[in-house]
Amino acid sequence: MIVTHKELDKAVIRFCGDSGDGMQLTGTLFSTLSAVFGNEISTFPDYPAEMRAPQGSLSGVSGYQVHIGSSSIYTPGDLADVLIAMNPAALKTNVRNMKRDAVVIIDEDNFDASGLEKAEFKTDDPIKELHIESAQIVAVPITSLTKASLADSGMDNKSILRCKNMFALGLVCWLFSKPLEEAEHLLKNKFGKKPALLEANLKVMNDGYNYGHNIHASVSTYSVNPSNLEKGIYTDVKGNQATAWGLIAASEKSGLPLFLGSYPITPATDILHELSARKDLGVKTVQAEDEIAGICTAIGAAYAGNLAATSTSGPGIALKSEAIGLAVIAELPLVIIDVQRGGPSTGLPTKAEQTDLLQALYGRNGESPAVVIAASTPANCFDYAFQAAKIALEHMTPVFLMTDAFLANGSSAWRIPDMNDYPAIKAPFVTEDMQGKWAPYLRNDENLVRYWAVPGTEGFAHRIGGLEKDAKSGIISTDPDNHQLMTDLRQAKIDKIADYIPELKVEGNADADVLIVGWGGTYGHLYAAVEELNAEGKACALAHFNYINPLPKNTQEVLSKYKKVLVCELNNGQFAAYLRSKMPFHLDMTQLNKVQAQPFSVEEVKNAANQLF
Amino acid sequence: MELTYAPKDYKSSGKVKWCPGCGDHAVLNSLHKAMAELGVQPDKIAVISGIGCSSRLPYYMNTYGFHTIHGRAAAIATGVKTANPELSVWQVSGDGDCLAIGGNHFIHALRRNIDINIILMNNRIYGLTKGQYSPTSPKGFVSKSSPYGTVEEPFRPAELCFGARGQFFARILDVDLKNSQEVLIKAAQHKGASVVEALVNCVIFNDGTHKDISDKETRDDRVIYLRHGEKMIFGKNRDKGLMLEGLTLKVVTIGEKGITEDDILTHDAHCQDSTLHFKLGTMCGPEFPVALGVIRDVEAPTYEAAVEEQIAEVQAKRPQVKCLNDFFKTLETWEIK
Repeated sequence: MIVTHKELDKAVIRFCGDSGDGMQLTGTLFSTLSAVFGNEISTFPDYPAEMRAPQGSLSGVSGYQVHIGSSSIYTPGDLADVLIAMNPAALKTNVRNMKRDAVVIIDEDNFDASGLEKAEFKTDDPIKELHIESAQIVAVPITSLTKASLADSGMDNKSILRCKNMFALGLVCWLFSKPLEEAEHLLKNKFGKKPALLEANLKVMNDGYNYGHNIHASVSTYSVNPSNLEKGIYTDVKGNQATAWGLIAASEKSGLPLFLGSYPITPATDILHELSARKDLGVKTVQAEDEIAGICTAIGAAYAGNLAATSTSGPGIALKSEAIGLAVIAELPLVIIDVQRGGPSTGLPTKAEQTDLLQALYGRNGESPAVVIAASTPANCFDYAFQAAKIALEHMTPVFLMTDAFLANGSSAWRIPDMNDYPAIKAPFVTEDMQGKWAPYLRNDENLVRYWAVPGTEGFAHRIGGLEKDAKSGIISTDPDNHQLMTDLRQAKIDKIADYIPELKVEGNADADVLIVGWGGTYGHLYAAVEELNAEGKACALAHFNYINPLPKNTQEVLSKYKKVLVCELNNGQFAAYLRSKMPFHLDMTQLNKVQAQPFSVEEVKNAANQLF
Repeated sequence: MELTYAPKDYKSSGKVKWCPGCGDHAVLNSLHKAMAELGVQPDKIAVISGIGCSSRLPYYMNTYGFHTIHGRAAAIATGVKTANPELSVWQVSGDGDCLAIGGNHFIHALRRNIDINIILMNNRIYGLTKGQYSPTSPKGFVSKSSPYGTVEEPFRPAELCFGARGQFFARILDVDLKNSQEVLIKAAQHKGASVVEALVNCVIFNDGTHKDISDKETRDDRVIYLRHGEKMIFGKNRDKGLMLEGLTLKVVTIGEKGITEDDILTHDAHCQDSTLHFKLGTMCGPEFPVALGVIRDVEAPTYEAAVEEQIAEVQAKRPQVKCLNDFFKTLETWEIK
């Protein structure tokens, strides 16, 4: 048998198995390991909504995709070069996520009659039945080899079986020529407090590695060279973690305590988890009785002078709408995080979509403008959370931060920033000299922001609320002219924020005729498509929006420059409709819309763009 | 020098816009007086309300005030108090605001025992929407939305409060200013969530709803003022009292059937077990007097203090993490050179 070795620029590895098989851990360890060796990484977990579906069933398959490369890793990758399938169900449900000639490692112990039946195979030849004869199948008896490896460990059978993911990890480390020392170090951090478990996991991982090394499987091994990442200290960060830390950063830079009012909801809950754990940094979190109380406690905290946030997903936003309107009319700073998922209604809780955009922009009664911004990578959730808080506090307004399940659970390597490099956030608190002259809606002429008198401040006791107030005195008013004035002021205040945000950047070939437009979590796929198209000699540019309301000041200038504009989004065209409504000219756009609660593939973006050349 | 305050220091210049004769006026006056006696600086007080007639109250206070949205005052007040425990936080809600649309927030505020003072203005009607039955309207109540009478049972606020593990419950009557003031002071002094059910008249849509007990002529025979440590005696002639017979309360007459004052129950508002408080809080006529005053007042750890204590504990255990830069050093990292 012949072992060939290939050097790759990038590779996609997909681990999948039963939700109890430990695939998330295996995938995380492998991606961290790759990052430690200097690769760029991007990962995405693909887990079922059910906690534990029946063992071996199609609905119980959990996956974790890792994309590693020496450069240009913007997405977790379209199709897997290497698929690890711990059982027949995992193979069956993931066939559409792999390349035709992928290396497929299967645990052949589970490909018995019973396993095939649970996965609803009709024949006893799953390879033929799935039409993947062109793949390089590496059948390894992972279960029995794990049992043999730990036969003398004194562990019970159940605990032994839990280690089989480490055999798979060892095998993949061999396949990608990763020495095990660093993996051992990671495992020590993970299981350090349980020496027996650590020893078992280390042994099985080593046996998996050696198995690959010794059997001389007729399969290609790979190596992916290190990238030229910026120097610095890196960590692996998920979007939800980065969001939580970005809020803490804003709390430090504003000098205001951080308060989160939230109610658990997939896929936003990890923000609540992360901030609840950050009591060391003084964060206060209230797990409220419902979504409405989540935002209302946050509004109370904002009123009391904290940096306040609420985190949720689309269904939660629907419940919070009335309260968001209160924050708009009371002009209180508030960060509203919408980790978008598939909808409508309960929809597809664990999957990503961009279908909440119009809800965030318009889903309230009355003329109720709020700022909407969107993060575009797991790591930049940190900066956009910071930015959301900065705008909220400095402009006294609710700010939506839009992320999605893809960003929230996906991870990328993140160069840890130094907080000394971040700007101070200055909330417009009243000053003593304003006493006597101040009223609740007295505004700064320049940015139209009202001055903030926090309860407890001597000499500024006042009343605000959800009823329309007189622009000058701040008392209840039903005067028609005043209502028009206050409506206009609230809108103008938001519009003015365009002066304080960066201009829209054009990436790729800025002089091209074709412009791809996107927003939020699709950035990686769109950028990868633009890069590949340009490499193929098809000139095109990318304008990706992080600031949505208000739009960057140069939006019109950018959009009018290109002959053909392709707006790509994971909904039925919400951003395209919004852009049309905001442009004073007719904007001729082609749209790529997808509502499958799945990210774009780079391939489908390229295909859509190719129609325009 | 300690500052002293007069009721007018808590009164805003805003014109009070409740209907003449509305019971809310009386509660507002009692509140001004209670606050003056408590002597808390007006700048350190935040009054939070929802929506409804009574929820206009913050506009009539010269304190910080936030008139919010329907039903959510308890949640917003919870946020205010958690964010800044130094503030004296009051919530004003009607029976619809607090028990219908805001029922969930009400019970959870009590369960958490957040230190807010809830004034529940109960006039058993929706006044601001011009006369629909509320969750406290008696069964069979005829209103615009129940022209043939309601077919549903009402809530009894005391029952709901104790069911949610509330540690302070008191009841006042709009026309009874003196006792109202005393009870509001006790509610403010109680550490933890306190509920004061204010029985108020709606002169337009539900006039006389509390007439049985508010009429001066008959009041003494139909209400009992409960005070901690005092005998449960009532009646114009102070000759009636409450005793327990097995697990049930009964009204007895002192001097009849050999019953002396010694046989009458002594009110223990501080008793952990809420069983008797529950019975006292749900008494109603004609068989029983309606209980006014502080029915339950039990000290328990408060939510906002527990939150701060937990933060202090964690910070003491992780002295190396003082800021985000420190925290980043605790992560699993690698270096690109």
